[in-house]
Amino acid sequence: MNLTLRIWRQAGPDDPGGFSTYRVGDISPDMSFLEMLDTLNETLALRGEEPVAFDHDCREGICGACGMVIDGQAHGPQPTTTCQLHMRHFEDGATVDVEPWRAAAFPVVKDLVVDRSALDRVIGAGGYITAPTGSAPEAHATPVPKEAADAAFEHAACIGCGACVAACPNGSAMLFTAAKVVHLNLLPQGAPERSSRVRGMVGAMDAEDFGGCTNTGECATACPKGIPLSAISALNREFLRGTLR
Amino acid sequence: MAATGAVMLLYLVAHMLGNLKIFFGPDDLNGYAAWLRTVGQPFLGHAWFLWIARVVLLASVVGHGVAAYQLSRRDLAARPQKYARRRARSSYATRTMRWGGVILALFIVWHILDLTTLTVNPRAEEGHPYQNVVASFSTWYGGGIYIVAMLAVGLHVRHGFWSAAQTLGVNNARRDRVLKATANVLALVLTAGFLAVPVAVMIGAVK
Repeated sequence: MNLTLRIWRQAGPDDPGGFSTYRVGDISPDMSFLEMLDTLNETLALRGEEPVAFDHDCREGICGACGMVIDGQAHGPQPTTTCQLHMRHFEDGATVDVEPWRAAAFPVVKDLVVDRSALDRVIGAGGYITAPTGSAPEAHATPVPKEAADAAFEHAACIGCGACVAACPNGSAMLFTAAKVVHLNLLPQGAPERSSRVRGMVGAMDAEDFGGCTNTGECATACPKGIPLSAISALNREFLRGTLR
Repeated sequence: MAATGAVMLLYLVAHMLGNLKIFFGPDDLNGYAAWLRTVGQPFLGHAWFLWIARVVLLASVVGHGVAAYQLSRRDLAARPQKYARRRARSSYATRTMRWGGVILALFIVWHILDLTTLTVNPRAEEGHPYQNVVASFSTWYGGGIYIVAMLAVGLHVRHGFWSAAQTLGVNNARRDRVLKATANVLALVLTAGFLAVPVAVMIGAVK
């Protein structure tokens, strides 16, 4: 396969940046999108040019690092992460636009790499359980209802990649915050901090440069882990409960 | 936005049902309009109920507009740089909420000048809403503005009702389909009910 790539190049946070066009040939349809970028970077390095900077780590769809917008869609045309996106989903000879996440809360560090630490600050405001750590507790020490365990697991699938923020026309982090709050607030281990968690995390989210939620649903459509849009309703329910009492 | 929207939605349902009295003739509609001024008597004075409703509605419209403005300012600031190519994956009703809201705000001003204060009404006969409505919808602009605004109401309610359920924390995975279906039915019934009046005047069924 041959592709024409229009990639956002930006030397640093203060550089205005712009698109550069590259032709990549000899692409196997079984390559992942990141492997295709690796091939491009090898040729760029051989030519003595600066390789395209992009975030990546596990390359198996669970770390959430490899965020980029491909043809206007977060993580590209498939509901998965960029590392798990295969080149067979692209037409031979197509022109593909590759951009970083665009959000005021995610400043561009370089090329396709953005600073997602705003999400970490939201987690730091309550996305955990204050409990003595140590060896794993006995599994039946705290009974968890099956329904709560299933729903908590569904929301715990969030990998914090930021696709929801990138896809949202308002650059809002509601789905991310909702997934984390709902995951912990459903479980008995999270119950003691239920109110302070939702107040703290929503407060931290509002303190960042994220936009507000208008329920467009683009976040859940883009989410590679299938976090349901109803999580946002559950977050609002928890927030009302947490602020009224 | 959800609370003020719910107040206005309840009012819209009552308003639409009241409008349909036009199909029972001038005496029915004019009598209904006169009765509205006597609601709550003798506890309330003449037209007090109407004024209470107007104050509540004005507060709702202003609150809704201010919240929408603040939210939009924040949302636009959160995406300072647009994507080169963007494929919207939300519904048409969702994407037109802001412009739909602006159209509706302008329409409310026109609607009050037309049928409440009668400033721009071609007949302007106080106490005779039937005759005023027929006169307004007999002009191309009166009917046209109304029809455009009612289509905007339908779209606004279609996203707004479900979105309010999300905001108030009422939605969950099981209720989602029911809430979306209710939003669609509400939007369709309101639009059809409101549009019935100008269409009837334009085809001569109501004179």
